[in-house]
Amino acid sequence: MAATRDKAGRPIVVVTGMGLVTSLGVGKTDNWAKLTSGQSGIKTLSRFPIEGLKTTMAGTVDFLPVQPFCSTELEERLAVLAIEEAVSQSGIGTPGTFPGPLFLAVAPVETEWPHREALAAASGANERVDYPDLLRSAATGRFNAIHHRCTFGSVADQLSERFGTQGSPISLSTACASGATAIQLGVEAIRRGETDAALCAGTDASVNPEALVRFSLLSALSTQNEPPEAAAKPFAKNRDGFVMAEGAGALVLESLEAARARGADILGVIEGCGEMADSFHRTRSSPDGKPIIGAMRHALADGGRDAGEIDYINPHGTGTPENDKMEYLGVAAVFGERAKTIPISSNKSMIGHTLSAAGAIEAIFTFLTLEHQRIPPTINYLVPDPAIPLDVVPNAARDATVRCALSNSFGFGGQNVALMLSREPA
Amino acid sequence: MADAARDVLITGIGMVSCLGEGSAAHWQGLMDARPVIDANRFAPYVVHPLAPIDFDKQIPKKGDQRQMEAWQRIGTYAAGLALEHAAVKGNAELLARTDLIVAAGGGERDCSVDSTILTGFRSAKNRGAFLNERLMSDLRPTLFLAQLSNLLAGNISIVHGVTGSSRTFMGEEAAGVDAVRIAAARIQARQSDIALVGGAYNAERVDLVLLYETGGFALKTPFAPVFERGERGGGMALGSLGAFLVLEARDHADRRGARALGRLSHIFCERTRRRPGDVTAVLDQMWHRLGSSLVPERLGVVSGATGAEPATSEESAFLRRHAGLPVEATGTVIGHGLEGQFPMNLAVAILALHHGRLCAPMQRSEGNAGPNDKLAQIVVTAVGHWRGEGMALVEADH
Repeated sequence: MAATRDKAGRPIVVVTGMGLVTSLGVGKTDNWAKLTSGQSGIKTLSRFPIEGLKTTMAGTVDFLPVQPFCSTELEERLAVLAIEEAVSQSGIGTPGTFPGPLFLAVAPVETEWPHREALAAASGANERVDYPDLLRSAATGRFNAIHHRCTFGSVADQLSERFGTQGSPISLSTACASGATAIQLGVEAIRRGETDAALCAGTDASVNPEALVRFSLLSALSTQNEPPEAAAKPFAKNRDGFVMAEGAGALVLESLEAARARGADILGVIEGCGEMADSFHRTRSSPDGKPIIGAMRHALADGGRDAGEIDYINPHGTGTPENDKMEYLGVAAVFGERAKTIPISSNKSMIGHTLSAAGAIEAIFTFLTLEHQRIPPTINYLVPDPAIPLDVVPNAARDATVRCALSNSFGFGGQNVALMLSREPA
Repeated sequence: MADAARDVLITGIGMVSCLGEGSAAHWQGLMDARPVIDANRFAPYVVHPLAPIDFDKQIPKKGDQRQMEAWQRIGTYAAGLALEHAAVKGNAELLARTDLIVAAGGGERDCSVDSTILTGFRSAKNRGAFLNERLMSDLRPTLFLAQLSNLLAGNISIVHGVTGSSRTFMGEEAAGVDAVRIAAARIQARQSDIALVGGAYNAERVDLVLLYETGGFALKTPFAPVFERGERGGGMALGSLGAFLVLEARDHADRRGARALGRLSHIFCERTRRRPGDVTAVLDQMWHRLGSSLVPERLGVVSGATGAEPATSEESAFLRRHAGLPVEATGTVIGHGLEGQFPMNLAVAILALHHGRLCAPMQRSEGNAGPNDKLAQIVVTAVGHWRGEGMALVEADH
């Protein structure tokens, strides 16, 4: 039997369970079928009125009704579904007990408009409503649920309770790289020998009016609302922003040794994690691409491979003019001449940008690519951008030999994470 | 800790709060033991406001300051103090491989916009359309960057050049403990050589007072020390504060000639369900895990008690089992700064190790505490107002 330690002498970290929910549906099977047939989950918003908004579509998860709508509530429900699928596939632990810690990428939690409206309604204020009025309502003690729902740790706390993870559950944010950071933290914990297993998940259900407006005011979102399924256009010349979306992804990570000892199916290997923060600007990348390049190179070095061994890149690929240009620059620097021919396809063209969940969801899609030896397409690629000469697997899925892949995640605040993933232990 | 070369040393601390900035101001302020409070601004709720700070000293560009809200300025400032203290500031080579873990909340709001919208809802024909219209026209685009939890880390990268890695933990008090715990574990395991870790809090936000008051946790006047609030139902007085620490592997610190302010020898963080007795029990368990490391005659406790109930009474029950030890509860003087409280209390522990004593130990009803001198070990507790329990042992490194 092959070694259970990597070239650096660390425990090899494998994946034994995966689960996901996106706007395309629940579960890996349904999502993979739709993703590889080029279906889009983006639709015109029906959750709230769209009058006065510049962007009127998103990849919402509408099949789990939450009334009144609360992003954090939906985030928890999405995460529960994804984790249930992952834990069930893995067969790890016993019902209600997971033998390792939880690392949860979750959108920063906040009090939402329905909460404020409820407090305002109970205040009895009959002219101007101000915070002292809301405080008066709060002091009645009838709104405990708002505190319990709106503390930053609330989703992880509930998930920890439900799935019986060990120790203090970690809620984390590295903006749009959060899902990848959750995986990275799990890998590090297993490599340290602290645990044989970790539950790493990302969840996001931020599509509410205020969150949409915030991104809109930063001019980050596509405004090509009709037809909605054509809005997300990563790497195309006519790309005009990302499309907000919802979903959750969960992965059960284990040391190869522990996974083998219990006879678990090994779905993939997390060979390397790379990271580099950017000190250039709050929302823009350093013009030289150094942090993006650094993150990818660190992932390769961490896993002990050359760029030449990478068969596929699952990019951050948001479809903003800036991201895709900078990501191309980074890929070109790391892969040289091969940058033009290595397949690189953006799941976000179909499922939109699932924000805090994206890194986890897209890592799972990358593992499915490795499993099925089939690369999902970048849809809506009708106008190539001559400044970005990449093989984006345009518009139709493709069979290919994929042994090892990179998954990139970048976020506001200078966050850059790359994961190097493969199918089988070396 | 088997590998002494990978002992986790604290080589820099940075503190800002209602007491001012830096070690001297905090030592003096805690010695004076006079709480700095504002009971008027959000009356009847009590907060500990930030002392006047000249932010230019650590955040020289006004443009950077304008891109931040108060909690980010506080944290970026404290981070700068810690880097300076550890002689890391400005060392580009070192900063490029310094790992950053920030414990943060976020979500800062424009309360006047909120009020306008809530008032307008009363007469709006279509509430949804009205909300969209007001948000589109009234929200400042840059406010978003003050709401994202990871943008304190982002600002620290921009202002101070820390770029080795950047992670932000959320989740109130436990996030502060876990940030330090993970940074330390990475150092011991050779995943990191040096890390900047900490948190920041802006208590002067009515929207946060509101959040904690929905849970019944916000302290109303009259003010009382944290362990004396139980009879009136308890409560926490939010405190504006920022605290960062530079953690470093011993071999790394030795190589660059950095001095050890103390050694972080143990750190634990747990999550109990908070059934009656859970907090006391888990504190007992963590204390037990410190076990043979403890030298009672050289030991003091810095408590992170919030004043919120029933957590504070449960911590009190735990402390009563160790009646011979001097205990200091910083929350009484500087208030409670959620994610930032534990890093702040680790910094206070460093001050105590430097002086060999706690500033102002509590009078303990259960009897006289032991001598408050020649202290060489400080246990720091962290019991979240609602969830999360942590404990660390910091020792003099002689």
